[in-house]
This record gives sequence, structure tokens and C-alpha cells, in this order.
Amino acid sequence: MQLTNRSKVVVKKEMTFVEKLYLPAIFSGLSITIKHLFKKKATLRYPEVTREFAPVYRGMHVLKRDEQGRENCTACGLCAVACPAEAITMDAAERNKGEENLYREEKYAAKYEINMLRCIYCGLCEEACPKDAIYLTDRIVHSEYTRGKFVFGKDVLVEKVDERIDITKRKKTYKID
Amino acid sequence: MSVLLFKVILIVLIFLISLGLAAYATYGERKVAAFLQDRIGPDRAGPFGLLQPIADGVKMFLKEEIIPTVSDKFLFILGPSLFMVTALMTSAVIPWGTPMEFGGVSYPLQVADINIGILYVLGVVSLGIYGIMLGGWSSNNKYALLGAIRASSQMISYELAMGMSVIAVLLMTDGSLSLNVIVEGQKGLNWNVFYQPVAALIFIITAFAECNRTPFDLPESESELIGGYHTEYSSMKLGLYLFAEYVNMFISSAVISSLFFGGYNFPGLEYLQTVLPTNLVSLISFGVFFGKILFFIFFFMWVRWTIPRFRYDQLMRLGWQVLMPLAIINVLITGAVITFFGN
Repeated sequence: MQLTNRSKVVVKKEMTFVEKLYLPAIFSGLSITIKHLFKKKATLRYPEVTREFAPVYRGMHVLKRDEQGRENCTACGLCAVACPAEAITMDAAERNKGEENLYREEKYAAKYEINMLRCIYCGLCEEACPKDAIYLTDRIVHSEYTRGKFVFGKDVLVEKVDERIDITKRKKTYKID
Repeated sequence: MSVLLFKVILIVLIFLISLGLAAYATYGERKVAAFLQDRIGPDRAGPFGLLQPIADGVKMFLKEEIIPTVSDKFLFILGPSLFMVTALMTSAVIPWGTPMEFGGVSYPLQVADINIGILYVLGVVSLGIYGIMLGGWSSNNKYALLGAIRASSQMISYELAMGMSVIAVLLMTDGSLSLNVIVEGQKGLNWNVFYQPVAALIFIITAFAECNRTPFDLPESESELIGGYHTEYSSMKLGLYLFAEYVNMFISSAVISSLFFGGYNFPGLEYLQTVLPTNLVSLISFGVFFGKILFFIFFFMWVRWTIPRFRYDQLMRLGWQVLMPLAIINVLITGAVITFFGN
């Protein structure tokens, strides 16, 4: 069955005199390659130039804070339950008096770890989260020298108060308001 | 300034230029390859990656030096040195520009104007095969030996056609073998390539084979022979082999342009000689010659990244059954035309 009309029938025949000269073929080849000399290059000069990610790109996670800088996460554990790769673990703790400016609700995650080598970046944790606490961002997980260092704790995952991570693109793509 | 001093300066300069150009030819090769394949190529070391050859050189020197215990140590070291020496020696007879003048004395821009110039080039180039042969054989490695054997048989096959194509040119210059006379005879646009296109074509093809460049890079052929004759080499000895290949390319380009493309001649050279000071004209002619050389080096790379390697039987058939007879017929026709119609 013919799928496209680009297929060529292979015939094993003697080369004609012109083909035996090789030169016409070589010159046509040379003209093809010289055209590529002036073409736009496909390479991006990473890290000076970065490729623009698709809005649905799922990279490294972030644990969000609210507008007043309080952590959203209440350590409910829904993300860990939803995680198909079992990459997420956490320890819950109760908020003490005087910590209201740190945690939004009475319960918070004392320890929150994601094993980045187990994570498959499916985004189910994000969908499971009822508190808008975890999001996947367009940041790339950096490389490390040992496997142990890929277990990211709260020090890496929670966004800094003065360096907020923009997740508006992400919100638009999967949450239908 | 004594002639000796001038020659010493000239030798040192040509030596430096050959090495510097060869170093930057490695960079150029990678850039040309990248550009022809829609890539950017090395651009990390310095602006546009211009320091890349230095980085490569430092890397080569710092690599571990491995000499196989089963190898013939003396020949193993002699191989790359010989290859490099012969590659550099060829530049002695090439006329680089019109003569310079200091204090009323004329100094030709040529290290040695020997009357068998082109013969010397052919001789020294064929000596270069000993570097490959010794290196490949003394490594005591089957791939290296195969590469060396291929290299030597290829050299022998293509040298004949090369010599024959040169003879056609020599017939036109009243039989003088001096490169200086050959270049002098191509004033203006009177280049040999217009009178001897077939010889020029054969010479360029055989020059590709002599330099072990694609499509005749069977001695190296990574895909079949690992590294060919330099499989066992490491560190700067490998570097010398790779480097000498680029020096060879530079010299081949110089010989091609002086034999067939007018050397330092260009239309308007005579006029410039009447209006500008001698030394300036000399430098301009050198620049023009250099431009031609650079073009041919680019051509070498351009072809390398366009066409694949010949199969071994195709290579031999092309050398013996096509190029050889073609070169001989070309000599006969040239001779007949000169005999019956004059120059």
C-alpha cells in the first residue's frame, strides 16, 4: 500500500557516465551545504539565552506563601497520597502562639520533603492540594553530585518571602475557575 | 640587512604562520562544520570561542601520556615527529609574495628558490607517509597497522596522478620546476587553471588524498578503524598528528594556489608596482596569496562536511583507472598542442 507519494523505487543499476564522474553530484552537494552556512542556527546559547517553556511545562515544585508571607501548607498529606511515585513525605506540627505570621493555619508542615529522583513531574500533587500550597514551576531541577542531595527539603522548596515565584501561568493552564 | 638575517626572519615568520594558522584551522574546522550543520560551534573560550585552540592545546599537553608496552618505543615517538617535520619543511620553496627591498637590495619572499621546487614539494610530501607508516606499525595494533597500510597505498596511488598533473603545467612553463618561475608565468589573470582545468582538478583531488582528508580519509576512518594509524596515540603525540594534518592542508592550499591559481598574482599587480612602494606591494601580494590559501583551506573543510568517505575499492579504482589515465592523456594533449601550435 502506498502511504505517501515520496517513496522511491530502489533500482540497482549501473551508474551512467555522468554519475560516474561524481562531480555533478559533488557540486550539488556543495551548493546544498553552502546554503546552510547562511541559515539561521538552531542552537540556543544556553545559559545566556534560555528556551521559552510551554505554559504547561512542569518543573521543580514550589511551596507557596500567601500575601502576608505565611506558608500555605497545612500538612494535610493529600499531595503525598496523590503522588503516584511516592516521592513526597512530610511531618505535621501544631502552630504555637506567636507563629501566626509564619503559618496561615493552626497546622503546618514541620518537615516537607520531595525526592526529586522519584518525582515524575505529573502535577497530581498540585491538583490534589486544597490550600493552593504546592505548584510545579518552570524552574529546572539543578544537578547534584550525590543521590541524597536530591531529596529537597523545605529550605529549597518554600519560596522566599522577598523572592516570590510566579505561578500565574500554571494557574491558568490547569485550573478552570 | 644581510640576506642570511632576512632568510632567518622569513623562516621564523613562516614557521609561526604555519603553526598559528594550523591551530586556528582546527577552530575553523569546528566552526565551519557547525555552520554547515546549522549549529554555532565552539563559542565558550573567549569572544566567539577564539581562544579554543589554546584550550585544546593545553588539554592535549595535560593529558596522560600512554606508550604501549608492546610498541617499538623509538619508532613510536619518531612517527609523529617525522610527520610534523615533513609537514613544515614543504613551505620552504613556496614564493609568498613579490620581492621586498631594503637599502636598494632586493630580497625574494621565498626561503629557498631551488630550481626543482615542485619536485622538492612532491618529494617531501611523500616522505610524510613515513610518519604515518612508522606510527601505525610501531603501535603494534591491528587497527593502527590497517590505517597505516591504507595510508601508504593511497599515497602511492595518488602521487602518480599528482605528478602527472604537474607535468602538464611544467610543459607550459618551458620545463622549469622552480615554483618561482611557475608563479611568475601567471601574471594578472593568466592563471594556469584556465589553461589546464583538468590538471587543476586532478591536482586538487589528489591533494585531498595526500592530506588524508574526506572523501579520502580512509587511514583515519573512525567508524571502521577506531582512530586509524593514531589509535594508540595519546596526549601531545596525538596532538602532533592532528596538528600536522592541518599544516599539510595549509601547505597543500599554498601549492594549489601557486601552481594553478596564480600564487601571489592578481589583476592590477603591475600597476600597483608602479605607484606604490615596493615593500607595500609585497605585503599586498602576500595578503592576496594568503586569501587564496584561506579559501582553499575553507574548500577542504567544505568538502569534508559535504560528502562521505569512499569505499576502499572505489578509492583505488578512482586513483588507478580514472585519475592516472586522465592525467597522462592531459599531458599528451598539452604536449601536442604546444608542439603544433606553440605556447
